[in-house]
Amino acid sequence: MLSAIAEGLQRVFALDRELWRIVALSLEVSLSAVLLATVLGLPLAAALAVKQFPGRRGVIVILNALMGLPPVVVGLLVYLLLSRAGPLGSLGLLFTPGAMIVAQTLLILPIIASLARQALEDAWREYEEQLRSLGAEGLQAALTLLWDARFSLVTAVLAGLGRASAEVGAVMIVGGNIDGVTRVMTTAIALETSKGDLPLALGLGFVLIAIVLALNTAAQLIKEAAQRRFG
Amino acid sequence: MSASILPLTLDNVAYASNGQPIIPGISLAIEAGPSTIILGANGAGKSVLMRLMHGLLAPSAGSVRWNEADPSSVRRRQAMVFQRPVMLRRSAMANVVYALELAGVPAAEREAQALTALQEVGLRHLAHRPARVLSGGEQQRLALARAWALHPEVLFLDEPTASLDPGATREIETVIKAFDAAGTKIVMATHNLGQARRLGDEVLFIHQGRLAERSPVDQFFARPASPEAAAFIKGELPWV
Repeated sequence: MLSAIAEGLQRVFALDRELWRIVALSLEVSLSAVLLATVLGLPLAAALAVKQFPGRRGVIVILNALMGLPPVVVGLLVYLLLSRAGPLGSLGLLFTPGAMIVAQTLLILPIIASLARQALEDAWREYEEQLRSLGAEGLQAALTLLWDARFSLVTAVLAGLGRASAEVGAVMIVGGNIDGVTRVMTTAIALETSKGDLPLALGLGFVLIAIVLALNTAAQLIKEAAQRRFG
Repeated sequence: MSASILPLTLDNVAYASNGQPIIPGISLAIEAGPSTIILGANGAGKSVLMRLMHGLLAPSAGSVRWNEADPSSVRRRQAMVFQRPVMLRRSAMANVVYALELAGVPAAEREAQALTALQEVGLRHLAHRPARVLSGGEQQRLALARAWALHPEVLFLDEPTASLDPGATREIETVIKAFDAAGTKIVMATHNLGQARRLGDEVLFIHQGRLAERSPVDQFFARPASPEAAAFIKGELPWV
């Protein structure tokens, strides 16, 4: 096992240019999806936390349920949307990194929105009376809440990032794992495994874990430093 | 805009939560001038009554009327300090500036006004400290500075010293007296009899959601008119 890992890592680093292209595309796709899902998900979460409206509980239940959405199902839906005969086929996005970003965004939007909603709702319980007393309502209150809960929201965004960088089903279906175009870490691992090149698959897996670990460590350190500063 | 938003008139105000009546019905008027202490045991309905007055809760029946028709003007001319201050994750000064911004004070004047308010409560030297790392007493003084900066006509205080030590309590009481001296109408809920004597001019005694008695403070403690108030004073005195 150990020798397989060592061989795998050796092989991975021997790939150099090809490897870094795969790593770079993985990061590009997953980080873009996280950015998009954050931009869409946080306002949704704030609205759900602050506003009372009919159907609110239904939306929350659905959002929570969608956290467990299987990546292959998301991939399939996006595939149907973007395929030549599909409603968005004219965009020509299928089998491009753009399609992969769309699929991962849809996959992690419920995760980021649900976790953020919970964090914001807890904060709102604490802040509501004070903010209303000061005259902050609606949008203003939501913005204040988002800014004040920013450290808890980091965790929601990291959960989305974890899901995006780990999933293989969605990017495989809408990206097609095309060498040099849409091949990312997870689809490369799946391919090498099915080819029987377990050491290389293992090596790629370790690189993926190392990257995710590094991103999370960085986020955690920033969060802790900021929290020490602002309480 | 009228000269004063007072008097505040509560007309048969009732409040129920989940079908449970908390305030069965209260009628009273809060006049400008004397400091009003709302006294009563835990669970008597003091906090709910203050929230109804301040507008944080809507009555289930009856009406809460100010001597001013424009609701945004009414909101702007009163402030409330809660038992546990809620501070935003920013500096002490930024917390005061935030309140001034919501009150519509021009941006150029906010910092100077905030510093004046912090000076008033003795927190000028902590202006740039994050508000959430201040001690409980300092946070409550910051809450008072935030209210001070707004120059409210009426200041509601809901047990502002209930979770503070005697030293911090004294500091808070000093600031409340300064509000009173500056002409702000004080309406404060407490169950601390010593504090009621020190800060109050009149007492509204609340028992099980009803106004059991309303008397000048000296008379209230010397000759309580209602048996409930007499029992409360007797029961509470050993802990004053």
